[in-house]
Amino acid sequence: MTRKRRRLALVLACGIGLGTAAALTLSAFSDSVAFFVSPSELAQKAPGPGRTFRLGGLVVAGSVARTLDDGRPAATFRVGDGHSEVSVRYVGILPDLFREGQGIVALGTLAPDGSFRAQEVLAKHDETYMPKEVADALKKSGRWRPEAGPPPPASTWNDLSVRKAGG
Amino acid sequence: MIPELGHFALALGVALGFAQAIVPLWGAQRRDLRMMQAAPALALGQFLALGISFGSLVWSGVTSDFSVLTVAENTNSLEPLIYKITGSWGNHEGSILFWCLILTLCGAAVAEFGDALPTSLRARVIGVLGLAGVGFELFALLESDPFARLMPAPIDGRDMNPLLQDPGLAMHPPILYIGYVGFAVPFAFAVAALLEGRIDAAWGRWVRPWTLAAWCFLTGGIALGSWWAYYELGWGGFWFWDPVENASLLPWLTGTALLHSALVVEKREALKVWTVLLAIGTFSLSLSGTFLVRSGILNSVHSFANDPARGVFILALLGLVIGGSLLLFALRAPVLAASGVFAPISREGGLVLNNILLCSIAAVVLTGTMYPLFADLLLGEKLSVGAPFFNATVFPLAVPLFAAMAVGPALSWKRADLGPALQKLWWAALVAALVGAGAATLTSLLPALVFAASAWLILGAAADLAVRVRLFRIPLGASLRRLGGLPRGSFGTTLAHAGLGITIAGIAGMSLAQSSIVLLKPGETTHLDGYDWQLETLHDAAGPNYAARVATIRISRDGRTVVTLAPERRSFPVQQITTTEAKISTNLLRDLYAVLGEERDGGAVLRLHVNPLAPWIWLGALVMAAGGIVSLADRRLRVGAPTRRTAAVPAE
Repeated sequence: MTRKRRRLALVLACGIGLGTAAALTLSAFSDSVAFFVSPSELAQKAPGPGRTFRLGGLVVAGSVARTLDDGRPAATFRVGDGHSEVSVRYVGILPDLFREGQGIVALGTLAPDGSFRAQEVLAKHDETYMPKEVADALKKSGRWRPEAGPPPPASTWNDLSVRKAGG
Repeated sequence: MIPELGHFALALGVALGFAQAIVPLWGAQRRDLRMMQAAPALALGQFLALGISFGSLVWSGVTSDFSVLTVAENTNSLEPLIYKITGSWGNHEGSILFWCLILTLCGAAVAEFGDALPTSLRARVIGVLGLAGVGFELFALLESDPFARLMPAPIDGRDMNPLLQDPGLAMHPPILYIGYVGFAVPFAFAVAALLEGRIDAAWGRWVRPWTLAAWCFLTGGIALGSWWAYYELGWGGFWFWDPVENASLLPWLTGTALLHSALVVEKREALKVWTVLLAIGTFSLSLSGTFLVRSGILNSVHSFANDPARGVFILALLGLVIGGSLLLFALRAPVLAASGVFAPISREGGLVLNNILLCSIAAVVLTGTMYPLFADLLLGEKLSVGAPFFNATVFPLAVPLFAAMAVGPALSWKRADLGPALQKLWWAALVAALVGAGAATLTSLLPALVFAASAWLILGAAADLAVRVRLFRIPLGASLRRLGGLPRGSFGTTLAHAGLGITIAGIAGMSLAQSSIVLLKPGETTHLDGYDWQLETLHDAAGPNYAARVATIRISRDGRTVVTLAPERRSFPVQQITTTEAKISTNLLRDLYAVLGEERDGGAVLRLHVNPLAPWIWLGALVMAAGGIVSLADRRLRVGAPTRRTAAVPAE
C-alpha cells in the first residue's frame, strides 16, 4: 500500500467515526431530548401525546392526595406557576424533600385526559434550592422579580402558592 | 492564628508560583542553566507552602474553629472526626485549595522524579505547571478565600450535607481530583514539547507513566463516585448521565485515548501532533469538568457548591489556559509534523481505531452534556438531554470498540495480518458467541450482546496472554517461566481490558434488575424475583448527629432466611434534612437492595431491588485501575529509569 493510500485510509476511518457519531447524535436528538414546559405553556400549547417532556413548577398547597395503585403507593397533586395548574399523577416514592409549596421538576408524558403522568419527580435535597426552570417560570409569570431580592425560601412558597391558588 | 498562617502560606504559594512560572520558562528560552535549575526547588517550595496552607484548613476543621466561615458552614462539633477532616474539601473553597495542592504535588513529583529529563524540558514542564497553578491559587486567594473569618463566631457549625457524610464519598473527591489534576502533567509535557519544538520516542516514554497514574486515579475516582450514588442516593441506579458524571467521564475517555496514542509515539514515533492535542484536550476537559461544575453553570443534583458570581473569574481562567494552549498548538504544531504513516492493519492501526472510537464517544457525550446550555443561551429553549440520548449514541459506538479491543493487542507492530491474530482468539470468539446465544434465550437481545462482548473481552485478554506464554504448546513449567519473563506492561493491558469486560458484564446485569415499590405493614410479606421480603419491625434509633427510623426486612428464599436488611431514614436536625439510607446485601452475583420510604396507614413504603451482577461494575473498574498500576511497575516505564532500551526485553 502506498503512503498516499495509507493516509487516505486513515482520513476515511476518522471520517467514518465522526460521521457515525454525528448521525447518531442527530437521530437521538430528534426523539430523546426532553423539553421543559411550564404549566402555563402547557395550557397554551400541549406537546403531542406520548412525547416525554419535563414539567416544572410549585406543588400547589393542599393538592397532594396519596393513594394506592395496585398495592403500590401513588400520589396525585397539582403543579402550578401562578397562572395555570396541571394535575400530576406519580406512582412510586416521592423524594424526601417533596412537600407542598416546594419547587419540583417531573419527567413524563401527557395522558389523554390532560393530566400529567410522571415517571420521575425531582426535588433537590436543599432548603434554598429552586430548580432553574422553576425560577425562570416564576420570573416569567411575574411571581418573583430577581431585582426585588432573592427568591423566597421554600417554607414560604407554601403561602405564595395558596395566594396563587386563590387567584 | 492557624487560619491566618494558612492564608499567608497560600499567598506565599502564589508568589513562589509566579517565580516557578517565570524563572524556568525564561531560563529555558535564554538557555540559562542556573535559571532552569531553579525549577525543582521552586516546585518543592510551592508544594510545601500549599501543604501548610491546606494543613491549616484541616486543622481548623479538626479543632472545630467555627470562626472560620468554611468550617462553620460545613462541619459540626458532633460530627465524627473523619467528616471534620473531609469537610475541608467537601465545599467550594476547600476543594479549590485542595485542587491547587494536588497541582503543586504534581510539580513536586516532576521535580523529584524528573532527574533523567533533559534540563530544558524539565524546566519547561515545571514552569507550565507553575503557570497553571498560579491562576487557580490566585482564584483561591482573591475570589474564594477558604480562610475567611466569621464575626462573631457561631457556637456550633451548620454541619456538612448529610448525603456527603459517608466514608465512600470521603475518599471520592481526593482520588478523583488526583486523577483530574494528574492530567496536568501530560498537558505540561505537551506544552513544553510545543515550546521546545520537538517530540521523540523518549517524550512518549516520559508522558506515559504520568498519564497512566492519572488515569488509574480517575478510574478509581469515577468508580467510587458511581458506587456512592448506588448505595447512598438510594435510587437503585449507578450512573445517571448527569452533567457532573459526564464531566468526569469525558477526561477519562480522552485520557484513555491519550494513554494508547502515547504508546504509538513511544514505539513508532507516529501520531505525535495528535498525542499533543489529546494531552491538551484531556486536561482542558478535566479543568472544565471541575470548574464548570463548581461555577454552577451545569446545574445538577450533584453539585454542592453553586455560585455563579465566581463563574466569570473561572471562565476567564479556563479561556486563558485552554485558549492559550490551543493557540500555541496552532502556531507550533507544524514544527512537530512529519510523523510516519503505517499500515491500517497493525498494532498502531488498532490504536488509531481505539482513538477514533473513544474520541467519537467523547464527542457525543460532550454534545449531549453541553447542548442544553447552548440551547438555553442561543435558542432560548429549555430542554434536558437524559439517559435515552446517551444510551442511543454511546452504545453503537462502544460495540465496535469492544470488538476491536480484544484483537488489537494480538496484532504486531508495523504490519500485521488479521488472519493469524483472529486465529489466536478463535476460542474466545466461540465462547463469546455461545454466551451471547445463551443469554439471548434468557433475556432480550441488547443485554445478550453486551454479555457476549464482556466474554469476548475477558477471554480475548486471556487468550492473548495464553499465546504469549505458549500455553499447552510447551510444557507448563516453561510456560510459567515465560509468564514471569513477560513485561509487566502486557499484564497491565490484559488486566485493564479484562476489567472493562467485567464492568460491562455488571452493566448488562444491572439492565436486568428487578424492582418493586410496595406498602407493607409490619409482618406482611411481598415477593420479588424469587425472594420473599418480610417487613418485621419499624423502630427508632439514634445516631451521633441524627435520629433514624429503621425497618428490618427479612429476606428468605424457599423458606430459608437469606439475610435481614435494616434500611433507615435519617433526619439531621442541624441541616433539617432527611436522607434515605439504602441497605444492600451482596454475594457478588446479585445485590439485594432495600430502601425505606415514607410511612402511612400504619405501614411503610419500601423500594426493593434485585440487581444481578451489580458489584461487577466497580470490581471491573478496580481491575482496570490495578492493570494500570501493574503497567506502571513496568521497568521500561519506571520514572527515571534509563531511557536506553535494555537488551533483555522479550519479544512481543
